[in-house]
Parts: sequence; C-alpha cells; structure tokens
Amino acid sequence: MATDTKSSPLGPGFDVPGSEIRYREAFNKTLFDELRRDPDVFIMGEDVAGGAGREHLGIIDSWGGAFAATKGLIQEFGAERIRDTPISEAGFVGAAIGAALTGSRPVVDLMYFDFITVAWDQLLSNAAKNRYMFGGQGKVPLTLFARSGVAAGYSAQHSQNFYSIVAHIPGLKCVVPSDAYTCRGLLAAAIRDDDPVIVCNHKKLINMSSFVPDESYTIELGKGRYVRRGSDVTLVGMSYTTEVCRVAAELLAEQGIDAEIVDMLSLSPIDEDIVLESVTKTNRIVIVDEDTPRCNMATDIAALVADKAFDSLDAPIKRVTGPHTPVPYSKPLEDAFVPSPEDVVATTVALMGR
Amino acid sequence: MEITPEKLRWIYTTMYRIRRFEEVLLEQTVLGKSMGVAHTSDGEEAGPTGICAHLTDADWIGSTHRGHGHCIAKGVDTAGMMAEIFGKYTGLCKGKGGSMHIADFAKGMLGANGIVGAGIPLAVGAALSAKLKGNGTVGVSFFGDGATGEGTIHESMNLASVWKLPVIFVCENNHYAESTPVEYAVSVPDIADRAAGYSMPGVVVDGMDVFAVYDAAGEAIARARAGEGPTFLELKTYRYHGHYHADDPHTYRLPEEEELWKARDPLPNFERRVIEQDLMDEVELERIRNEIDQEIQDAVAFAEESPLPPIDELYTDVYTNYSNSVRGLR
Repeated sequence: MATDTKSSPLGPGFDVPGSEIRYREAFNKTLFDELRRDPDVFIMGEDVAGGAGREHLGIIDSWGGAFAATKGLIQEFGAERIRDTPISEAGFVGAAIGAALTGSRPVVDLMYFDFITVAWDQLLSNAAKNRYMFGGQGKVPLTLFARSGVAAGYSAQHSQNFYSIVAHIPGLKCVVPSDAYTCRGLLAAAIRDDDPVIVCNHKKLINMSSFVPDESYTIELGKGRYVRRGSDVTLVGMSYTTEVCRVAAELLAEQGIDAEIVDMLSLSPIDEDIVLESVTKTNRIVIVDEDTPRCNMATDIAALVADKAFDSLDAPIKRVTGPHTPVPYSKPLEDAFVPSPEDVVATTVALMGR
Repeated sequence: MEITPEKLRWIYTTMYRIRRFEEVLLEQTVLGKSMGVAHTSDGEEAGPTGICAHLTDADWIGSTHRGHGHCIAKGVDTAGMMAEIFGKYTGLCKGKGGSMHIADFAKGMLGANGIVGAGIPLAVGAALSAKLKGNGTVGVSFFGDGATGEGTIHESMNLASVWKLPVIFVCENNHYAESTPVEYAVSVPDIADRAAGYSMPGVVVDGMDVFAVYDAAGEAIARARAGEGPTFLELKTYRYHGHYHADDPHTYRLPEEEELWKARDPLPNFERRVIEQDLMDEVELERIRNEIDQEIQDAVAFAEESPLPPIDELYTDVYTNYSNSVRGLR
C-alpha cells in the first residue's frame, strides 16, 4: 500500500503556503495569533517573560518561558497579558480558573507536566466540575500547557506523562500533538475551546521540524489522524511515540510488513472510531505509550479494542510502554525506559507470527 | 458610615432571610427532604449581609460548603436554593450541585465549594479578570478559620498582594473547624495579624454586629475599587448549630459558651439599635419577618412540588463522548 506521511484528513492539508519550522516556533507563533485575535486571551506562568518588575533597568523578556515558548510576547502584549507568576501553582492555576469563569481566556504555562500534581485539586475540583455541578452555568475556557515526557536526564520528577490521569477526569480535555503541524492546530483549538484543555508538549518534539502552513488553522479536538496507511498491523502512537511508530514502520517495511499508524492527537475526548476502523481492517494492533504500564492510555485503548473489535482480531492486543518504575536519570537507564522503534518492531514481528 | 433607610431595611430583611432559611432547611433536612448534607450558617448572618450590602450583581463572590448565607446576601433566590438542596430540576443548578455547589452567575455568585480553601483562588481570578478588563468590579472570597490552614490562602494572598488585585479576603472565624477549636489549630490569636505578612491591611471585626461589618467592608471594598489592592477582614462569629445537620456540637463545646454568643445575636442587636435610634419600628420589623416567613414557606412548597431532573441530565453540561459511559450498555 502506498505510503504518504504528508497527507492528513485534518486541517488545511499541505498544498498551502508554509514552511518547515520547529515545534517550538509553531507553538510560539500560535500564541501570537491567539493573543492578537482575542483580547480576552492572556498568558501566565512562571518566567513566561522573565525578569518581571525590572523594566526600569531595561530588563524585559529575559526568559521567554521554558524552551522559549513565550519569547517575544511581552514586547507586543505587555506585562498585564503576559503575566509572570510567583512559584505558586495551586494559586495561579486556581486564579486562572476564576478568571476563566468570569469572562477571560487564560493560557497557563505550567512548565513541567509533573507540576500538575501541585495544582491538581484546582483542576480536579474546580476546572473539571464547575460547569457540570453548577448545572451548565459558567464555562472554563482555560488552556494549560506543559512539557512532558522522558528526555535529556530530566529524571524522576520532570519526565512524566500524566495524560492518563487527566483523561480519567470527566470535564478535562487533553491533547498530545506529535509534530509542529499538529501542535499549532491543536493549541489554537484548545485556546478557542470553552472547556479546560491540557496541552502536552513532549520535550523530544520541541526542536523537531515539520511543514506548517503560514495561515492560522485549528485541528478538531477529539480526532486522531492516519500518518501512514498500511494493511498488516495498526500501530497506535501518541505524542512522541507517534515518531517512534514512524521509525518502526520503516523498519517493518524492510521486512515486508505494512504497518498503518494511527496518531491519537487527543486523549480526551478520544477518537475511538479511528482506532476501531483501522484495527477492523488490519486485524492486529500494537499500542505504543511512553507512560508507565498500569492504567495508562495504552491499557484504555486495549480495553476499547477488546470490547468493540474482538471479532476482528487475529492476534492478541499488544502494548509497548515504559516499565512500572520511576524515570531514571543515567542515560543507559533512561534509554531502557523509553519504548524504542526496535521494541515496537520486535513486538510486531512476534505478533505477525514470523 | 452612613446607611440609607432602604439599606437598613435590606440588611434586616437579608439577615432574617438567612436565619429563617437555615432554620427551616434544618427542619426539612431532619425530615429527609434534603438529598444530602446541610451545613447551616445561622448565627453568622451579619458577615455576608454587611459585606454584600456594598456589592452589585457585577461583583463576584466565592463561597464555601457553608454558603447559604453568602448566596442569600448576594441576592440568590431562596426557592431556587431550596429546590437545589431538595435535588429538584428547578434548582439553581438543575439538581446537579446540591447545597455545597450552589451558584448563580447572574447574581455574581461564583459557587459554593465543597473543598476547604479551594474557592479562594477563584475569587482572586475574578479580581484578575476585573483588573484585566478594567471594569471596576471586585472579587470577595469568603472562607472559614479552618481554611486558613490550607496552602491556597497563602498563595492567594501573596498573588493578590503582588498583583494589587481588587479582592477582599473575608475570614469568617466561627471558632470551629468541624470539631477542632481555632485556638488549637491556628497559630495566632487574631488571624487578621497574618495580613501584615502580605503587606495588606488586616482588620478584626465583630462578626455579630452588622454595623461593624458594614463599616469595615465599606472601607475595604472602596479601597479595592480605587485600585489600592486587597484587604483581609477577620469576622469573629459563631455557628449556632453543628458542623452539619447531624452533628451534635455539645460533644466538643459547652452550652455556656453558646449562650455567651447567642447573647450577642446579630438580629436582636440590630432590632434594639434601630428602635433606640428611631430608624425603624417594631411594626415594620414584624412585617418584614412575616413576609420572609411566608417566602421561605413558599420556597419549601416550590421545592416539594418541583419535578426531579430527567435522567438524561446525567450527561449534559460536560462532554461525554466516551462510549462505555453507561455501564457498558452503549
């Protein structure tokens, strides 16, 4: 079957003006777009500009956020809308929820996804539940973004993928872009959505480049996409593991195995249809999730397939995940933690009975 | 501080409405009419009344599990509240929130909150919205002495101070966190002293005296509206009943103590003062009480007669695309 990794059923496609840019540039560009588009949008978080209060010394935008996500914004939008916060996650995430309930559209930089636990009660008890428990009164158009995933020796407390915990909570949405193109479309959609949306930016993706249209666009929340069509097996990726699946699919092709790749993009809401459509065609599925194995997204998707597509399976559902351990520091240990293309290939080959 | 005759009438009506609502709700709860727990606030009426006397519907308040008084003082309809607590579809939240989650966005009531301390940052956020939009409104956060042990109060007061937000922190110190006395659980005799650590005024107020609350709140809210930043008010007050409807407070406090506080009851104190100063007379006070007695009786009847929510309401007001959401049936 033909392989076309550049075709996408989502968004404007690739026959439009654009260029290869890095994920971080696509992210930053989207923040500019949304701040210009809607005066109710504002950004806050630790060091989103940096050096706050030192304007009189000529200090402005000294940090521009971790990985420069918010670089340059304060110069156009000022310190009211690009708001540095104290280290106070429960306080400023809670304040963002209060601001969202009262007509603002806050975008919060939480720096590392791991820090979500410090603000968790505000997200769980307020953001997720306000609209429901108030009988539809009020909305929480909050976007919260953070860096996730295992990379570069960030070790146990700065490497986690907590998206399954978020997906467990009714009322919270969660997206996992897998490249610069999906980053821009999903972030714009998140900011324009009236529910709280958590955007996971995997550290390994942040400096990778892909084609991104010049014009602003959105990608519908809750929709996955095919990044490769194939007939023998479905590989499911999310966030950085979509990249792992791409490499694995090339290696599998060398062995004559034609893999299809489903890129989840959203984990809550989740696109069940695309998973079921693909596995009904290929009859085999390998789900690749960097998270630890218990109660993770791979397990959730496996349960879906077992429930809804059992009759089309020719082999057991397989999950390739991190081990049930904290993320280690030392490079060989860290490498061993992460699901690799070779792990995916070995699992798939065994599944094909070869 | 000067009070107009209309405002005086509003104050008495509001305090008596809270009192009657709580007393009747307690009776109804014991009869099994409430579908959940009821945390009543009778005894504490002067606080929310004296504060909200200075607010409009455009100002926001954040509340607590003991939030009926805050709702009523902010103008929320008592029939809609009673129906909500009875779990009825005509309730303010369609029966999906209950006593601990009553909200009325049209009245600037940002919601009661069942997690102690969790509502405080929301009021700070409302004040942040007000500042960003420059609309001159304020945010008021009500919380109890128990919440001052939570991290959110520290974070919220620091944020409000460094950002100079138009927010008023109102600590209703009713001297008990469930059964735990304030002198055991709080490190300072006056919680308002902690405000100094956040460079904001901290004022101890007699929370049983609505005139004292009215004056202190007027100053704090004027300061917030003028862009001068947050204020912390500690209202010393007392809840007459237990932590919730089935709690017997005599297991942890003495009847003598209750009598001392009840001798300072905000309603008779108000009546005595307005009659002495010839501002209102007993005939008018009685007429107000009769009207409110009828209103609360009507609220109970409305709640009783109202329909239960249709089961489909389970799935509304939240996205539910998950196909196994109905016990595997779908």
